[in-house]
Order: sequence, then structure tokens, then C-alpha cells
Amino acid sequence: MLTARDAGLVACTRCTRVWPIGQTHCDRCGSRLESRDDKSLSRVWAWLAVGLMCYIPANLYPMLVTKTLTSSYNSTIVGGAIELMHGGAIVVALVILVASVAIPIAKFVCIAYLALSVRRGVRAAPGSRQKMYEIVEYIGRWSMIDVFVVAILSSLVQLNVVAAINPGPASLAFACSVIFTMLSAQAFDPRLIWDHIEADEDPASEGAAETIR
Amino acid sequence: MNLSALPLEDLIACPRCDALYHAAQPAAGERAVCGRCHSVLIAPRRRAGMTIIMMALTVTVLVLGALWFPFLRISTSGLQNSSTLLDAALSFVGGPLLIVSLAVVALIVLVPLTRALLILYVLVPIVFDRPPRPSARAAFRLAEELRPWSMAEIFAIGCAVSLVKVADLADISFGPAFYMFAGLVVVSIVQDTWMCRWSVWKSLDGAEGYR
Ligand SMILES: [Zn+2]
Ligand SMILES: [Zn+2]
Repeated sequence: MLTARDAGLVACTRCTRVWPIGQTHCDRCGSRLESRDDKSLSRVWAWLAVGLMCYIPANLYPMLVTKTLTSSYNSTIVGGAIELMHGGAIVVALVILVASVAIPIAKFVCIAYLALSVRRGVRAAPGSRQKMYEIVEYIGRWSMIDVFVVAILSSLVQLNVVAAINPGPASLAFACSVIFTMLSAQAFDPRLIWDHIEADEDPASEGAAETIR
Repeated sequence: MNLSALPLEDLIACPRCDALYHAAQPAAGERAVCGRCHSVLIAPRRRAGMTIIMMALTVTVLVLGALWFPFLRISTSGLQNSSTLLDAALSFVGGPLLIVSLAVVALIVLVPLTRALLILYVLVPIVFDRPPRPSARAAFRLAEELRPWSMAEIFAIGCAVSLVKVADLADISFGPAFYMFAGLVVVSIVQDTWMCRWSVWKSLDGAEGYR
């Protein structure tokens, strides 16, 4: 498999146009060109660390503050889901748990694994690591559901003294955590996954590129 | 075939794995897939340009419309309230939570709307066989960069979750704006599957129109 780098070219990852190596900006779309982004991994780790730091207060502080005639209580992400489950809304509780707990944690683990695997030169299964990257990139934004639910409930449930729901500080921490993790995934350069594979391939296939159809 | 003999504009590099190919326009409905990582590189569709323009117009109408109509209504013990998008966005007033408010407005209103307008600005001239607008390339790049940050369809799921969450606290029902957001889920999927980015970039090079 001939890569753009092997051919002495640098590819634009935004518009797929190739340019002679050394060119700094894509003449077609204006993106910055980088044959392999050396700083990619440090940006991945930096955003991931900030995202993780925000995720801890997001779970400790209340997401929603509910006031009714008789009571006032704070609910955290996990607490809110447990209440829903007691109320019988198992499916919605699962949606919340998946979107706000399982997906964020799986994302932290996957991004860290991908970043470690390219540094260590893990040779195994680049295809499945690529798949993992695509899933992480696609699914990350769905974690915003909980922030939107807080916004919706806080604007809707304002019924004087009968019931009022207000946002808690965890909503800010959680929104930041989702955004920073998305930035971390975007900073990762998936071409790094494939770079260490070349040596294993049949040298005869080198340069024998096909026309894709 | 020796790729290095070809002019650079005839080559395409997979943005995921850097594999280099000779770019050939497949027939409408067919797809060119990277042989190494299986990313879809080129996937033209018949009348894609017109479809995407219609979808972008729909997004504009739906998002602007959804601003004014309530998406959820609530009533309990004679008290009632309905919530529009602006109410939801402004619910975090005061203190540091105002940032969340701004982020919510941006993600569900400003970004989807900006993307739709940018896509219209880029596609309308090339679909109608006019020369591309002067900053069409920068506009298309911005539209692509904004793609992951456009979350109107996620908001629709958020409405449904909210409905269940307060169901035992009060009577709650969907308003017209909810159905507009549900429509956005479908529209954004159609727009994504119809748009062949390579074909758009090719048209912006000025060689041929986009159909
Ligand atoms: Zn480019
Ligand atoms: Zn590829």
C-alpha cells in the first residue's frame, strides 16, 4: 500500500487533496498540512486530562435541584437515573446511564488506549482500532443529552411554589467534560494507527497502488 | 499504474490512513472505498446537490420556527407552563452557569443554522452552473469543521427524556417545536448520506458543476 508520505506528498485530511511534502497550507481549502502531526498525541492527552478533571465534579455535584411544596432535593447524574429506575422508567434510566456514564468512561479508556497503542507501535488489528476511533468520534456528542435535559427541565418546571427545577453546578462541569473529550478525539491523527503496519506487509505490494472504483 | 506520474489533482489520499489512490469518479450510487481502512472516499449520488439544498433550506426553516413554538407543555394543579427553545437556553441565567446557556444556544441553534447557510452559499452557485462564490472554499471548510458541533437532533432526544423524567410530577405533552426537532433528526441524516465531499471539492476547483 503506497501512502501519500511514501510518495513524497502530504495529504490534506480535510479535503483529501495531496501536495508536495513541505507545503504548509492546502491551496484548495486552506487547512494546515501536516504529514504526521507530532504534536497530535500531546494535544490528545492534554484535552483528555482536562475532560477527565471535569468529569469528576460532574458526578459529585448535583445536576438538578428540585423544589416541590414539601421537599427540596439535589440529584446527581447517577442519583437521577436511580430515581427514574425506582419510578419504573427503566428504559429512560438506561439511556441516561449509557449517555452520561458508560459512554464518557468508555471514551476516556478508548482514547487513552489509542494514544498509547500508536506510541508503543502495537501491530495488532489496525482495522479494529480504526473502528474504535470512528465509534468514539461519532458517539461522543450524544453525551450532551443530559445537559439538554437539564436545560429543558429548568425552563419548563417553573410552577411557582408547587414545583421548580433548577440547574446544579454539575451541568457546567459535565458540558465541559463532553466538549473537552470531543476535542481530544478530534486531535487524534488516525494515520498514526496505520504507520507501524507497513513493515509487516508484503514488500512486493509496495508502490502497486490501484485505481479505486 | 505509477501514481507519481499522475498530476497531483488526479490523486486522492485517504484522510484516515494516508493511502494514496488515483481518484476516478464512480457512477452515481456507487462508492469508492479505501482498500486499507474501508473509509468511504467518494460516494456521488444523482441530484445530490438539489437534495442537499432542499435539506439546508428545511433546516433553516425548522430551526427558526422551533425558536418561537413551545417544545414541551406542562400542567399540574391548575398551574401550567410551556417552554420554548429560548426559555431553555436562558434557564441557566446568573453565575457561571450562564456559560452552559451560551453553549446550549450555540449547539442547537447557531451552529446548525450557520452550517445550513454556509452550505447554501457554497452549493447554490455550483448546482445552478454558476462560478463558485469567492470564499466558497473557506465556507465549505468551516461548514465541515462545524459538523460535529451541530446538535439539534440530540436536543430532540433530550425532549423525549425530559418528558419521562417529570411525568409523575405533572402532566406533560409535546409542543410543535418538538416535532420540528424530530424532523431535524431525519433531515440531518439525509444531508449526511447525500453529501459527497470529494465531489463538492472537485466542483469548487471549477472544473465541473455539482449535480
Ligand atoms: Zn485541503
Ligand atoms: Zn484509508
